[in-house]
Amino acid sequence: MPIRDDVVVVGGGLAGSMAALSAAESGAQVRLISHKKSTLRQASGLVDVLGAVDGEAPISDPFAAVDRLPETHPYRIVGVEGIREGLRRFDDVVGDSYRGSHTDRNALVPTHGGTIKPTARYPVSVAPGLASAEEDTLLVGFRGLTDFDAVAAADHLAATGVPFDVDGAVVDFPIRFRDDARTTRLAQALDNDQDDVRDRLAEAVAAELDGHARVGFPAMLGDDHGPAVRAHLEDRLGATVFQIPTGPPSLLGMHLEDLLIDALERAEIRLSTGNRAVGYETADGRLTAVTVDRRGQTVPYHADQVVLATGGLVGKGIDSDRETVVEPLFDCHVPHPEDRYEWSEAEAFGDHAFARFGVVPDDDLRPTDAGGDVHFPNLRAAGGVLGGADVATEKSAAGVSIATGSYAGRRAGEEAAQ
Amino acid sequence: MHQQMSNAPSVLVIGGGSTGCGIVRDLAMRGLDATLVEKGNLTHGTTGRMHGLLHSGGRYAVSDQSSATECIEENRVLRRIATHCVEMTGGLFVQRPEDEDEYFQKKLEGCRECGIPAEVLSAEEAREIEPHLAGDIERAIRVPDGAVDPFRLCVANAADASRHGARVETHAEVTDVLIEDGAVVGVEVEHDSGEGSFVHGDDGEREEIYADHVINATGAWAGRIGEMAGVDVAVRPSKGVMTIMNVRQVDTVINRCKPKGDADIVVPHETTCILGTTDEEVDDPEDYPEEGWEVDMMIDTLSDLVPMLSEARTIRSFWGVRPLYEPPEVASEDPTDITRDFFLLDHDDRDDLPGLTSIVGGKLTTYRLMAEKISDHVCDRLGVDAECRTAEEPLPGSEDFSVLRDWMDEFGLRSPIGRRSAERLGSRMDEVIGEWDGPNPTVCECEAVTRAEIHDAIEGAGSELNAVRLRTRASMGNCQGAFCCHRMANELVPEYDEVVARDALDDLYQERWKGERHALWGQQLSQAMLKHMLHATTMNRDADPATTGEPVEFGAFDSGPDASVAPDAGAESAGNSDDAVADGGTPGSGGTDADS
Repeated sequence: MPIRDDVVVVGGGLAGSMAALSAAESGAQVRLISHKKSTLRQASGLVDVLGAVDGEAPISDPFAAVDRLPETHPYRIVGVEGIREGLRRFDDVVGDSYRGSHTDRNALVPTHGGTIKPTARYPVSVAPGLASAEEDTLLVGFRGLTDFDAVAAADHLAATGVPFDVDGAVVDFPIRFRDDARTTRLAQALDNDQDDVRDRLAEAVAAELDGHARVGFPAMLGDDHGPAVRAHLEDRLGATVFQIPTGPPSLLGMHLEDLLIDALERAEIRLSTGNRAVGYETADGRLTAVTVDRRGQTVPYHADQVVLATGGLVGKGIDSDRETVVEPLFDCHVPHPEDRYEWSEAEAFGDHAFARFGVVPDDDLRPTDAGGDVHFPNLRAAGGVLGGADVATEKSAAGVSIATGSYAGRRAGEEAAQ
Repeated sequence: MHQQMSNAPSVLVIGGGSTGCGIVRDLAMRGLDATLVEKGNLTHGTTGRMHGLLHSGGRYAVSDQSSATECIEENRVLRRIATHCVEMTGGLFVQRPEDEDEYFQKKLEGCRECGIPAEVLSAEEAREIEPHLAGDIERAIRVPDGAVDPFRLCVANAADASRHGARVETHAEVTDVLIEDGAVVGVEVEHDSGEGSFVHGDDGEREEIYADHVINATGAWAGRIGEMAGVDVAVRPSKGVMTIMNVRQVDTVINRCKPKGDADIVVPHETTCILGTTDEEVDDPEDYPEEGWEVDMMIDTLSDLVPMLSEARTIRSFWGVRPLYEPPEVASEDPTDITRDFFLLDHDDRDDLPGLTSIVGGKLTTYRLMAEKISDHVCDRLGVDAECRTAEEPLPGSEDFSVLRDWMDEFGLRSPIGRRSAERLGSRMDEVIGEWDGPNPTVCECEAVTRAEIHDAIEGAGSELNAVRLRTRASMGNCQGAFCCHRMANELVPEYDEVVARDALDDLYQERWKGERHALWGQQLSQAMLKHMLHATTMNRDADPATTGEPVEFGAFDSGPDASVAPDAGAESAGNSDDAVADGGTPGSGGTDADS
């Protein structure tokens, strides 16, 4: 029995998930192929849409700034309406788990590095800590943690000019783990309230509270029972408790992954995980199948429409060697300077060409070759594999994935229905 | 710090490379009042930019037998006094089909003439030791080459010098050589410190340091000090590239057995391999081109010896400048012909300028011998009768120490971290890790560096994180600081201000980037993009209002749905009660090494 679906999405990250969900809305039968864990576990858990343009940062209205992006930017292709459409779908997926949909304006969220960052959607546990809200703040870190230093973060935050007092305190986590214990161990202990750890933590923090209205912790206040942990601490402290997004391992990023998987399952999308897409089949210039390596066997997954959402350089949707930059699955054209020393700038945070590497879409998000013609009429691309956006500098990574994933998935579904 | 030895003659050493650090230790151990000044960190110049080869002497066994003999002797000394800086990997001189038999024979005989243990191995025997050697090699000569960590070596020398009463002053650039009545009497230095990167003294503060004798041990920079004193020291700086691989493709030093040439050595060094090198004369030791073709040549040429290098991942490249010197009358055209020997230039004999001696040329393996020779000379000049003891007394860290310990019981460390820490700290393990009070998490996972070791380095080096890096290797592994640069900065607070920590972080991050740029393709480009995402996206370090100084209009931003501004109704619908969401989620079918 050949494997056949209306739409095949390759890549299980944010863009691929959004593409699969929006394709399914049109009634298409959708399959999502993913190889490894997505890179969401390395992401902070915030949904940035657009926070910096032309060196101006932070910007408060991302939608008003889209016009100022270069014409080749993926946002210019899907337009403001495409971004809004993507966010609407995303808001449906995550429901009450986060905030930000009440306004067009960016929020400013404290980062674990101590500064502030403009973002459009934020987890509900992050919401009480916005730096754009005026409430005196205590940041609390744990002595055994290296990624977040509460005193440094508080001083740094104050240096950004936040409109409230902020202080830092370092406490011992009430349970002494091995020195190299992962942050997830702390979260699990709080989840289970092991040895009354919640009360003991509240007690240690209360000694430092000194009238602050809210208390921020690095995002490890519970894993499965985060709301209960926060409620417990708030009750004992008499102050609002919030989380500060962290780098990997990021519990907030992993939670997003869980939410997406739940949504994919609700939408009855077929998930094929653990095997790598390695090639494709064509007929009459159209894609007819994506082939997947299953323990050395090449298996075709037939489809009428295909969405490429394999990620950028981090996810390996874009690869390179000393001479060239390629999109390895369909060999779509990826423009890049001939001299690899022009791929990057001498300044660490310079305007790096590599940050924009990716395929070149037409006005329907279909990858084009060097001559501007589409590679395949039924292949669309979404997320990090698209070129033309420096999502790190722009603070637009999740937004680009959501907007283009949503658009490419909807269009694939519409085409498949015809 | 500024300890004055009562009546002992005073000597000032310029240059904090291996030679200068060796000299200041030697002099201090002989009871002289010794001071070392260095314009950057210890190892700032050539010492910090070499391939880390502890020569057996085999490389010079045909062309320069006196250097070869010195190398094997010093090789044996360093194995004794600097055990914690040396890894005896052994070395192979590998002959390829196109390499001459005659030269192979000369190499073998040369080694034996110089007292270098040398053994011929068949191709099969050589591949038994190093399975990744090319299938078509002819045979090899095994010699006692090794790897040496130049940073650790210099720091240990400087620390021991301080223990013997010397003053060691980094970030103190010599701005003038003081001459009175036709003799050198000292130097003027400018302290580069204060607010910002370093906090050791007052920024721009100038100090005149007087001494009975001044030693110019500035290597490739010796001509500049000479100029300030009005004497000509014609060093011929020659640059060489070194490319660092992400893992050890080989565990033995691999040399190509042919007369001379570029890209002919692979040195296993800590967690990496270093490919080297080139030899090209440059005008200015601080300003010369660093070009991609040099990196390509390392990979392409050395793939003839170790084919897997052609597809392997490199994590960065760097360039160093050899302080080559030859008497001007030799006038070699090609820098590869210039001797690797060292020269002691007494400027009294040579230029009628008493009080100043320069030491030029030489190589890291013989640094101790060079230090001994010049210390003998200076003692002779100053009428001091004192024995050199540096060949016998172990450096701090290399005293008797067993690496067979129970890391978890004694230090609370998992054994891979314990062992790696002990390889770096040697006999200082108990003092640095054992006596640490409080949690001791791992700050740098690639190189297994714990908080206690970071703090030991901060104690010795101050707030400059590049110096902390050199002492500990933190941020020098595969992720090139993506996961640990900011953690290292966090360790500076609260001892130092947040602003100092932030500046130090920026300096470290930029320094890492400089070398990483030469490795940006394939997996390392992927790694670099992840680093960019973590630091620019997640932390927003590239657009930080605290750094840019741009005022932020906080009132223009969303202050939350429950804030006083009425929310215009959300689009929330039913869902899951978990809290989540992501920003940097580059969706993908694969992930990159998170070096966790």
